[in-house]
Amino acid sequence: MMHGALPKIRLRGLRKAFGAKKVLDGVDLDVPAGQGTVILGGSGSGKSVTIKCILGLVEPDAGEIEIDGRDVLRMPRRERQEMADRIGMLFQNGALFDSLPVWENVCFKLLAQNRITRAAARDRAAEVLEQVGLAASVGDLSPAELSGGMQKRVALARAVAARPEIVFFDEPTTGLDPIMGSVIDGLIADVVKRLGATALSITHDIASARRIADTAAMIHRGRIVWTGPAASLGQTGNAMVDQFARGEREGPIQMELRR
Amino acid sequence: MASLVLDPLAALGRAAIGACRATGAVGLFALEAVSHWVRPPFYGRLFWGAFVEIAWFSLPVVALTAVFTGMVLALQSYTGFARFNAQSAVASVVVISLTRELGPVLAALMVAGRIGAAFAAEIGTMRVTDQIDALTTLSTDPMKYLVAPRVLAATLALPLLVLVADVLGVMGGWLIATFKLGFVSAAYLKSTADFLQTMDVVSGLAKAGVFGFVIGLMGTWCGYTSRGGARGVGGATTLAVVASSILILALDYALTEAFFAQ
Ligand SMILES: Nc1ncnc2c1ncn2[C@@H]1O[C@H](COP(=O)(O)OP(=O)(O)OP(=O)(O)O)[C@@H](O)[C@H]1O
Ligand SMILES: [Mg+2]
Repeated sequence: MMHGALPKIRLRGLRKAFGAKKVLDGVDLDVPAGQGTVILGGSGSGKSVTIKCILGLVEPDAGEIEIDGRDVLRMPRRERQEMADRIGMLFQNGALFDSLPVWENVCFKLLAQNRITRAAARDRAAEVLEQVGLAASVGDLSPAELSGGMQKRVALARAVAARPEIVFFDEPTTGLDPIMGSVIDGLIADVVKRLGATALSITHDIASARRIADTAAMIHRGRIVWTGPAASLGQTGNAMVDQFARGEREGPIQMELRR
Repeated sequence: MASLVLDPLAALGRAAIGACRATGAVGLFALEAVSHWVRPPFYGRLFWGAFVEIAWFSLPVVALTAVFTGMVLALQSYTGFARFNAQSAVASVVVISLTRELGPVLAALMVAGRIGAAFAAEIGTMRVTDQIDALTTLSTDPMKYLVAPRVLAATLALPLLVLVADVLGVMGGWLIATFKLGFVSAAYLKSTADFLQTMDVVSGLAKAGVFGFVIGLMGTWCGYTSRGGARGVGGATTLAVVASSILILALDYALTEAFFAQ
């Protein structure tokens, strides 16, 4: 991690509980600008909730969220909206609008911001769909007519179509075949490199994490317990991370039935 | 022993607090929805889509309801009035009860079943599949995009439907009166026109507007606040229909009181 440089996103002491269940219990995280960062962690450890807090979809109970050094939680609504306009998000389950054809889904943000005409949007959609390995003709289908993996790729196209400064990818390659998985990893790495975007991804796939991220962070019991270079995953020397990366049953992380 | 007395009281108190909280939440939701009617951007296509769905595709059920209601009104009031030799009052009873009460109330109940349920199911599904969150991340205000156009469409479509229901209901009554009860067609129509006052129709249409607003509001609110997967959406759909039906009947009384009480 570059020291001294202002992180794009800075989380400090982020806390969130749903009822009695503490999901985030003081998350501290720096996401460096113009790089890929990946969050690892067990199922239900609060990875998606962390991202939803940054997006403003979940109101944290306590803590600070800074983007470009500015406190987003205490920002006026309009400025927060402007901030959100520059962020793209891939939801874990796709969250495509099933009342709209694929091409309108892909260009939804560009159309909403009046940055493009409806005629130009079709061409732009075809272009982005091609990047995620889908033919332009897919644009005329409805999301319900697509397979799960195709929906994922359309959702990915929608997340990057407006050329965001910051993109969140919540499990971008889950449900894809291995080849398509590495194509998507390539696309994410490309978005970071070519557009200079800051990408924060969630994944359970260690190989994919190495491909799309420079930095990795591990969340456990509501806190970030380790941060380090993604390339070192598997031999970090941190027993918890190494156990997670190698998928071993024995180690400091015990499967919890309920928390 | 104390809990035997206190427990039901506590439950009652909790229910009352819950009801107050829900009323407040619906009120704020309504204010926000209405505030979007006058603030751009406007989603004309979405408004029009919802309007056509409500006004045009509800026509068959509303028309059938109105015709049969008019027919049965003529039949019932005839048997009633025949006991006093006051059969000539049939035309006035049919037209006044239709325009003031039965047209708006029955049309609204039919539309509540169709449209309230559809709004709640559609928006509820969008909520539990993260589509509403996705709208927010795509620079679109879900209140403006999903809620405001639907509530406006319901508010404007209901009066139109009720106007049609009024006409068809009177026609239903006339059918029975002339072909079954032996009225002279022209005389029946003339007494219908003579008895009808502008206020009868206007009050009915005003009620229809209020009922439309209630249907749109409860449908979208129940969907918007639904939680917990398919079951949650099912519950939201039922609640939308039940809540808007009860509100329609209660508001009907309140509005009648406001319009006609001396
Ligand atoms: N809206 C909500 N209401 C109540 N509990 C919630 C809500 N959202 C998340 N949770 C809880 O918060 C915890 C963390 O959820 P989260 O979705 O962040 O997990 P995750 O780390 O993304 O897991 P996965 O890898 O399985 O997607 C879970 O236990 C979940 O039950
Ligand atoms: Mg998740």
